[in-house]
Amino acid sequence: MREYGTVKIKRGLAQMLKGGVIMDVTNEEQAVIAEQAGAVAVMALERVPADIRKEGGVARMADPVVIEKIKKAVTIPVMAKVRIGHFVEAQILEAMEVDFIDESEVLTPADEEHHIDKWKFKVPFVCGARDLGEALRRINEGASMIRTKGEAGTGNVVEAVRHMRKIMDEIRKIVSMSEDELYNEAKNINAPFELILEVRNLGKLPVVNFAAGGIATPADAALMMQLGADGVFVGSGIFKSNNPEKRARAIVDAVTYFDDPKILSEISKDLGEPMQGIDIKTLSDEEKLQTRGN
Amino acid sequence: MQVGVLSLQGSFIEHKNMLNKIPGVNGLEVKKKDDLKKIDGLIIPGGESTTIGKLLERFDLLNLLKNMISDGFPVFGTCAGFILLSKRIYQENDQPLLGIFDITIKRNAFGTQINSMEIDLKIKNFEFPYKAIFIRAPVVKEIGDSVEVLAEVDEGPVFIKQGNVLGASFHPELTDDLRIHQMFVDIINKRR
Repeated sequence: MREYGTVKIKRGLAQMLKGGVIMDVTNEEQAVIAEQAGAVAVMALERVPADIRKEGGVARMADPVVIEKIKKAVTIPVMAKVRIGHFVEAQILEAMEVDFIDESEVLTPADEEHHIDKWKFKVPFVCGARDLGEALRRINEGASMIRTKGEAGTGNVVEAVRHMRKIMDEIRKIVSMSEDELYNEAKNINAPFELILEVRNLGKLPVVNFAAGGIATPADAALMMQLGADGVFVGSGIFKSNNPEKRARAIVDAVTYFDDPKILSEISKDLGEPMQGIDIKTLSDEEKLQTRGN
Repeated sequence: MQVGVLSLQGSFIEHKNMLNKIPGVNGLEVKKKDDLKKIDGLIIPGGESTTIGKLLERFDLLNLLKNMISDGFPVFGTCAGFILLSKRIYQENDQPLLGIFDITIKRNAFGTQINSMEIDLKIKNFEFPYKAIFIRAPVVKEIGDSVEVLAEVDEGPVFIKQGNVLGASFHPELTDDLRIHQMFVDIINKRR
C-alpha cells in the first residue's frame, strides 16, 4: 500500500533541504543560475521582495505560466508563494504540482484573521514566524517547515537575527521549565500546550526552521546558521546584486562551511556589490511586511 | 567503530542519530578531506544530489572519495546519496557523480512532491516488511550484472548492493527502524 501526503512525507522534504539555500527566482534563466550555483530549491516569483516593496500595489501568487516555465527549467524542488489565508491560490499551486507552498507575508494578505488550514493539502507548506508562539500556531495549522520572517526585500539581516534569537531563546526557556509551568506558558505565548510539550521534549521545533528576510552576503548566511538556522532563504539578495552567479555560489558554500571562518574568508572575496539595502529604522510600521499574519 | 556521514547538505544529523543508536558505533560528521581518515565507512545522506555533488567537486572531495570507494571502502547512499554513487543518470549528464554503481538511475522517478509516499517494502532476507519513505525518490532503470537487487517496486529496483556499497532510493534515516543501518554496519565489520 502507498500512503501519500503523510506528516512524515511532508516534513521529510523540509529535512532534505537542510544545510541548503533556497533562492528567489523570477524566470528560467535565474532558476538555472540558482541550480548551477547549488541551490537546494527555488522559489518561483513574479517579482522579488525588493521590487514588491518599491512598486507597491497588491502582490499576489505568480502567474502559473511563470511557475511552469521555471518547473521545466530545473530538476530541484520548485516552491511558490500564496497570500496569507488564500487557500484557493494554494489549491491552484497544488494542482500545478509545485513541491512546496510558502504562505507568505511578502504577498498582500487575503485574510487578516485566518491562515490556511494546511492539513487539507498533500503539498507541504512553509510559513514565516517572528517568535515561538507564531511558529507553533503555524505548525498547529499544518505547516511542515518554519522560517523567520525577517524583513524581506531590505538586504538587512537585523530582523532575521532578532526573530531567530527570539525563537531559540524561547525554546531554551521552555526546555528549562517543569511540565506544570508549561500550561501558563501556553497561555503566555498563545500556542497549543501539546506542541509546547513536544518542543520541551525535543529541545527544538518539531519541524525544520530556516532563516529568511534580509540575507545578502555569505557572512549573513553563516551568521544565521551559527544562530541555529537549519538553512537559509535568499530573496532579493542574489539577483539584486551585481554578480548573481558568484554570490549565489558563495552563499551556498557559506551555509555548508558556516562554522569555518577561514573558508568563509576565502569565499567572501571579490563578490562585487551586494544589494544596496535599507535601514529598518527608516521604514514606517505600514511598510514592514513582518507584521502581516498573526 | 567510526562511521562517517557526509555533512555537506541534507539529512546528515538524522543518519548520525541512527548510527549512534547502534551499540559500538559512533557517527561522525564528515565535511573535509581530513575527516575521511578517521572513519571505517561513510553514509551519503538524502538531500539535493546536484547541491551535494557540486560541493564535493568544489571542495576537492569527489575524486578522493571515488578512489577510496573503488578500493573497497564501504559506502551507503540514500536518495541523493544513491544518485551520486551511480554511473549514469537517465536523460541527464551534467552533474558531478562518484560513478560507482553500474546502473542508470532516474531522478524524481515518481514525479513531484505530491507523489512522494510511504510504502511497506519487502526487502531480501528481512523477516517483516520495512516502512520505506520515498521523497522525490529515484528508481534504477538499467542495471549491470555485478549489482544485487535487495528490494524493488513496480517502477524498478529501489535498494541495491554492489560489493561493499549499498544504495537506497528511500530514507531509512527518517524512521526508527535500525535494520538497514545495521546491515551497513555488518558490511563494515566484515571488511575490518
